[in-house]
Amino acid sequence: MYKIFNPDNIKLTKYLFFTGKGGVGKTSTACATAITLADQGKKVLLVSTDPASNLQDVFGIDLTSKGTPIAEVPNLVVANLNPEEAAKEYRESVIAPYRDKLPPSVLRAMEEQLSGSCTVEIAAFNEFSNFITDKKTQLEYDHILFDTAPTGHTLRMLQLPSAWSNFISDSTHGASCLGQLAGLESKKEIYKHAVRTLADGELTTLVLISRPEYSPLEEAARASKELKDIGVNNQLLVINGVLELDIENDEIADMLYSKQQVALQSIPQSLRDTQTYVIPLRAYNVTGLKNIRMLLKENYLEIKDYKLNKVELPKVKALIEDLYASKKRVIFTMGKGGVGKTTLAAAIAIGLAARGAKVHLTTTDPADHLKFVVEAGHGIRLSKIDEKEELRKYTEVVLAKARETMKEEDIAYVEEDLRSPCTQEIAVFRAFAEIVDEADDEIVVIDTAPTGHTLLLLDATQSYHKEIQKSQGDIPQSVKNLLPRLRDATETEVVIVTLPEATPVYEAMRLQADLKRAGINNKWWVINSSLLMTNTQSPLLKTKAESEIPWINKVDEISQGNFAVVPWKGEEIKGDKLVELIQ
Amino acid sequence: MSKIEIFDPAMCCATGLCGPGVDPELLRVSTTINTLSKKGITVIRYGLSSEPQAFVDNKKVNEYLMKEEVEVLPITMVDGEVVKTKVYPTDEEFATWSGLKIEEIATVPADKDCGCCHSDGCC
Repeated sequence: MYKIFNPDNIKLTKYLFFTGKGGVGKTSTACATAITLADQGKKVLLVSTDPASNLQDVFGIDLTSKGTPIAEVPNLVVANLNPEEAAKEYRESVIAPYRDKLPPSVLRAMEEQLSGSCTVEIAAFNEFSNFITDKKTQLEYDHILFDTAPTGHTLRMLQLPSAWSNFISDSTHGASCLGQLAGLESKKEIYKHAVRTLADGELTTLVLISRPEYSPLEEAARASKELKDIGVNNQLLVINGVLELDIENDEIADMLYSKQQVALQSIPQSLRDTQTYVIPLRAYNVTGLKNIRMLLKENYLEIKDYKLNKVELPKVKALIEDLYASKKRVIFTMGKGGVGKTTLAAAIAIGLAARGAKVHLTTTDPADHLKFVVEAGHGIRLSKIDEKEELRKYTEVVLAKARETMKEEDIAYVEEDLRSPCTQEIAVFRAFAEIVDEADDEIVVIDTAPTGHTLLLLDATQSYHKEIQKSQGDIPQSVKNLLPRLRDATETEVVIVTLPEATPVYEAMRLQADLKRAGINNKWWVINSSLLMTNTQSPLLKTKAESEIPWINKVDEISQGNFAVVPWKGEEIKGDKLVELIQ
Repeated sequence: MSKIEIFDPAMCCATGLCGPGVDPELLRVSTTINTLSKKGITVIRYGLSSEPQAFVDNKKVNEYLMKEEVEVLPITMVDGEVVKTKVYPTDEEFATWSGLKIEEIATVPADKDCGCCHSDGCC
């Protein structure tokens, strides 16, 4: 048996980073840890680096990047770093002095250039380093906690220091990607310091958060390894939401219990030597200070009297029928990591194929869960977009082109620019465009990567679209076709997938707002893993099920009734179980 | 030897690789400038987003920009005079201004089979 994660009994380092697949409870755990430490009398700073921060929902107040003291928790200050916002501030600080000195078209060109993903990443990392290296912050706080973004983003951000220190020192010509931030060279020492701090086990602990389920644990193992590879060796594993049985012979509770126990017994080998703790499954939503304080301490049944708006909750079949009847060609499932986008994409693919359509099902998730869920055949073709592989392919294309006109010694110079962070985005973007381009004779179903990443991808789609019209470069037709196609509501549908809980629903709402801004259509919502749709009698699970009602009602309103609910399932939904799901 | 300065439009990297496609013209210019710098001739490049101040401080460049807006970029200056706008200089022009022979700086295809290339181009 594992011990319960309680910072009162564990000696923690000054810097704590919480990482894990989206939706496993990073925010809740980081908040609970921060509050527990603050209640001990320690000075605590909690920093969120999540591009779509949840901390605001948790504390119920507006937060800033500079830090806001929490009135109810005397020793706690909370800062919310929004990388997009940081990039915007940076952009404004560059452009503002030239407002009356350069013509508007020039200012617009500058602004557009500073809107790329390079700027966002640099600006985010910049703020993040400041928190680590600032002397005053160091002295002021006993603990600094980072509630990081979904894993892909976390890894990238943490990988940046070493990648960038190499990049900065190797760079022989100044005008590359990173050069757009004037004075970056002068920050080299700050970044180096940040990297050193991360890799120093005396100062920094990486807290891997997972759920007692197969794929989040796999994901934690992957993150653990990737971070060990870049020198972050002091790691802890916290498994959140472990069920303690409170009833006998309840089918759902038993299934959940044994499913979790099996997952716990088959923790990936590479995580077995990592110190491991658990947090029990709670019968309350972890929002508001009272419940966050309780998270690492005790359970209680939160009694609420909720009523569903709809008597009968609609099923996935209705969604698939509508997609088929309206002849959609490009279908995305979108949502925060861990909500079941892959499962839903697979279910939609199977449902369409069963109606006679030719379907191409593809994943951009770096972890590639698709192959665990569905097999190719019966009208379904599977593929995946592998970022590293796409980067390699793109590099080859560019180098082949460069070799036509350049001397071998100059090729090294091109290779250097290919190492820039934004080259990867472009490489992935091109692969994405190619797949969507095939939607003429096939229906393309894409299970997108976690939210922050997805947004960057879409954002990239949009700004490249603008740039394409001016550039004289060599642009594949597929890339030119992409955005108009995504914006065409008769062809494209984005299905938003969420869970019947506060944070995932808020998150999905932000996602929908972003889609709207990008001019992309969303009609359908899917609520996954609903306990309310099961017949559990466990008091704990019933309380959890009841607390789903306000969120189901909320989705009902937002989607104007165009939503489907998927019941919680005892086992990983794959193969035949997927077919059940769509009936 | 003349002083060559180029005022670039806003772009991500000097080779243009960060755009949606590869721009062969930008590749050529970057390579030529790189070759020149190896031969001891410095071509100064100013980026719109990285060094906007240069576009304000240089009165001649600023005048062009105010009058013809962003489309006037890139601007090339030799010894403080604007010699070219809207497009990048050719290799011949670079040769004239730097005092080098065109053969010394022109971009030559990489040699794939002879294995005996010299710094002046190929076999």
